[in-house]
Amino acid sequence: MTALNRAGWRPEMNAAGGADDSTTFTGNRALMLEEALIFEIGGSETTGVDFDEAAPAADLGALARTAPIGLPGLSESETVRHYTRLSRQNYAIDLGLFPLGSCTMKHNPRLNEKVARMPGFADVHPLQPQETVQGAYAVIHELAEWLITLTGMHSVAMSPKAGAHGELCGILCIKAALEARGEDRRVILVPESAHGTNPATAAFAGFTVEDIPATEAGRVNLEALKARLGPDVAGVMITNPNTCGLFEREMKAISDAVHAAGGYVYCDGANFNAIVGRVRPGDLGVDAMHINLHKTFSTPHGGGGPGSGPVVLSAALAPFAPLPFVTKHGDDFRLIEEENAGEDHPQTFGRMTAFHGQMGMFTRALTYILSHGADGLKQVAEDAVLNANYVLRSLEGVLDAPFAASGPCMHEALFSDKGLAEGFSTLDIAKGLIDEGYHPMTVYFPLVVHGAMLVEPTETESKAALDQFIGALRSIAMRAKNGDPALKTAPHFAPRARLDETLAARKPVLAWEG
Amino acid sequence: MRYLPLTSDDRTAMLATIGAASIDDLFADVPAEARLEGPIAGLPDHASELAVERHMGALARRSRAAGEGPFFLGAGAYRHHVPASVDHLIQRGEFLTAYTPYQPEIAQGTLQMLFEFQSQVARLLGTDVANASMYDGSTACWEAIVMARRITKRAKALLSTGLHPHYRSVARTMAKYTGDVLVDGDPRLEAGTDWAALADSIDKDTSCVVVQYPDILGRIDDMTKLAEACQAAGALLIAVVTEPVALGLIKSPGEMGADIVVGEGQSLGVGLQFGGPYVGLFACKTKYVRQMPGRLCGETVDANGKRGFVLTLSTREQHIRREKATSNICTNSGLCALAFSIHMTLLGEAGLRQLAAINHGRAKAAAAELAKVPGVSVLNNSFFNEFTLLLPTAARPVIHKLAEKDILGGVSLGRLYPDNAGLENGLVVAVTETVTEADISAFAAALKEVLA
Repeated sequence: MTALNRAGWRPEMNAAGGADDSTTFTGNRALMLEEALIFEIGGSETTGVDFDEAAPAADLGALARTAPIGLPGLSESETVRHYTRLSRQNYAIDLGLFPLGSCTMKHNPRLNEKVARMPGFADVHPLQPQETVQGAYAVIHELAEWLITLTGMHSVAMSPKAGAHGELCGILCIKAALEARGEDRRVILVPESAHGTNPATAAFAGFTVEDIPATEAGRVNLEALKARLGPDVAGVMITNPNTCGLFEREMKAISDAVHAAGGYVYCDGANFNAIVGRVRPGDLGVDAMHINLHKTFSTPHGGGGPGSGPVVLSAALAPFAPLPFVTKHGDDFRLIEEENAGEDHPQTFGRMTAFHGQMGMFTRALTYILSHGADGLKQVAEDAVLNANYVLRSLEGVLDAPFAASGPCMHEALFSDKGLAEGFSTLDIAKGLIDEGYHPMTVYFPLVVHGAMLVEPTETESKAALDQFIGALRSIAMRAKNGDPALKTAPHFAPRARLDETLAARKPVLAWEG
Repeated sequence: MRYLPLTSDDRTAMLATIGAASIDDLFADVPAEARLEGPIAGLPDHASELAVERHMGALARRSRAAGEGPFFLGAGAYRHHVPASVDHLIQRGEFLTAYTPYQPEIAQGTLQMLFEFQSQVARLLGTDVANASMYDGSTACWEAIVMARRITKRAKALLSTGLHPHYRSVARTMAKYTGDVLVDGDPRLEAGTDWAALADSIDKDTSCVVVQYPDILGRIDDMTKLAEACQAAGALLIAVVTEPVALGLIKSPGEMGADIVVGEGQSLGVGLQFGGPYVGLFACKTKYVRQMPGRLCGETVDANGKRGFVLTLSTREQHIRREKATSNICTNSGLCALAFSIHMTLLGEAGLRQLAAINHGRAKAAAAELAKVPGVSVLNNSFFNEFTLLLPTAARPVIHKLAEKDILGGVSLGRLYPDNAGLENGLVVAVTETVTEADISAFAAALKEVLA
């Protein structure tokens, strides 16, 4: 057997420099188990897969891959143990409250997982003959109908792969609409509080990005916006509810002003979970809005994706929606692609991904939506907003809450680092929360608040869970105000202490080099 | 409402703490004209788990699953057997319900997995580094073209006619709005690739040449000379791999000199899933790493000197650089990357080589069998597990007639290139380890009947 791990598993790897826990031979501490890289424990001849037949000879001449690839293999038992051990070094919503603002870490129902694995959804090919995949089209269509109705919009583009991809879809619709009007508008206005994806998306599509100033109350400054509108402005990108957790009270007036100036309104729908079932963006003059199915409709985040970002569109932008999409004819469904788009959809801006979008997310989101129904989704928004306000009012006496005086928040509560002891920061509070058994809130975002801490509890937390979290955060806030030095080196009980991110960036090691 | 833990007593108590009279008070910022009274009309109310499962199950049964009978589709999405442990492991809640690893002290599981994924991908594709994944192969391909523009400060990309037409469509969509110039076209029904002609077309304005390997018709070729031609002209060679299993048997693009290698990782661990979610692979030479899109995981140490992993070089990314970022991508395909990585770990190098050899052998057997059908011939002079058949008639109607016989017999070029009548007799057939000898015989017999 050829071992890739020339050094093998090195127990001293943990002990070296690890003065805090060098008391065990393995570096493990009971249930906290260290795990080496597959490259250190695997071998190039080891495999966890059996085949029924020997490898037949191939005659590929000079194209044959002869040099070693360097891929380690593990037996199945070792594989299961490796990844199970790794999994235990992760925090997750299944383990506890995950108050990551703007990210909407809510419970992921397991029925959704079961449904997504039904062979009629999971084991179908995107290019199968249309008559053999009617059920898959039916899911796309049924989910599309729900999204259109819930948002009060004209139509929906289902294919975008994630929120930022949805933003791109909406922005390309705006580009195409302007082109159809024969106008060359180059500027997209974006508030400073926006997600970084907003300006990045506008730039990726070739627009110039300009900031919109905010009011003292954490909202878009309507007068400043109006002053900037003009023949060079293609549109605005507004997040509503915004990243300060506030509803843009003047959203309709913003939309009216932008439309009057010939522009379009893109709404970042990352926070739609706060208003689903209670407010329809279509009633606020929105032209395009992406919906993060992995946020509002609880498809799992999976450690960083996959997401899914369908984009609802106004009548003005609908003609430019991307291909492909599904239409219904009696009981049958049809896929509209390049070849048959001609007469019905000639102004499409084209295709933005291979195939039809995130089917595996559609099945999960539709399952979630059907489970809640119209009444349940309304309750989702109400409980999410109730939980966030409960956190806000329970902590505003301890942590500075810059917009608390302006009224209730929506689905997330925003705090700043004002009032902490000299030398103590938001980061210290975040790391302190880790020791208390929580994932930290979103920190240092939005940028408009100093040392921002954005807490989004979501609707799937009980009052008891919130009370415990509030107690923990209050305790840490007091330690930060009193200058407890132990907080500066937190976390103390996590699998790792604070990691050296500067070193990682200065001398990048991005692949195993053994 | 089984997912909502608050009781009505809780709600009352919490409103009292907040100082609000009712939940409506909390929505006071919503203008009156946009406030909805009661649930949205025309939509059903909540439903039990049993009722939802029944409804979704009925929809699922309206499709013919690939595993229910003979199945030969590829063209960018491949059906391979995924070991049971892969799906078990990706459903562990600590992976499934974690977020992007922004707090590395409590996300080492995801981070170490991503580091291993990046290392596996880089080795498989033959490059120095790989990122933590993109949405899919088609979007990764466009990102590579944009990256080549940034590096070379030129904006003309030459696309091989063997590039997947959907990938080409994505690039065309974006290029319309970004000012990039694309030189592209439909494939010709020839046994070999267009790479030699591409090499001759490179000029001083060319930012990159994009080739697919194996290409849309299943052809494979040596890209060494093309890489040399690119290098001589200051352009980059981008290779697109939509079937990574092939690289267990044939040389990697990196070995042959490609500068950027992107791909679709779906065929390992992920499954067909009707087109998504998939996992985009993105890899390149070390010298270009700071121009890469997407997340990167890197090794470092913690305050106690222990090895650990973090997301790094994030000054390329949108959450730091905003409109100056290398891409707008945020969420990627973390869980699909995990599935890919676990499947690759189970296979190991030996298993991957064997799997690839079995695929190739099975495809060769199928090609020989299908070529015996009167009027049918195989176009390719080389292929891995996918090849193009030339039928004596348009392939699209044949596909539907085969489906009536419960045989999913490939992807017609008529579906992929509806505007090009010259390609309509072409049928792209993929043959993986999931195809049995009986499947091949049934396909050949049915094809013979349909063509008779």
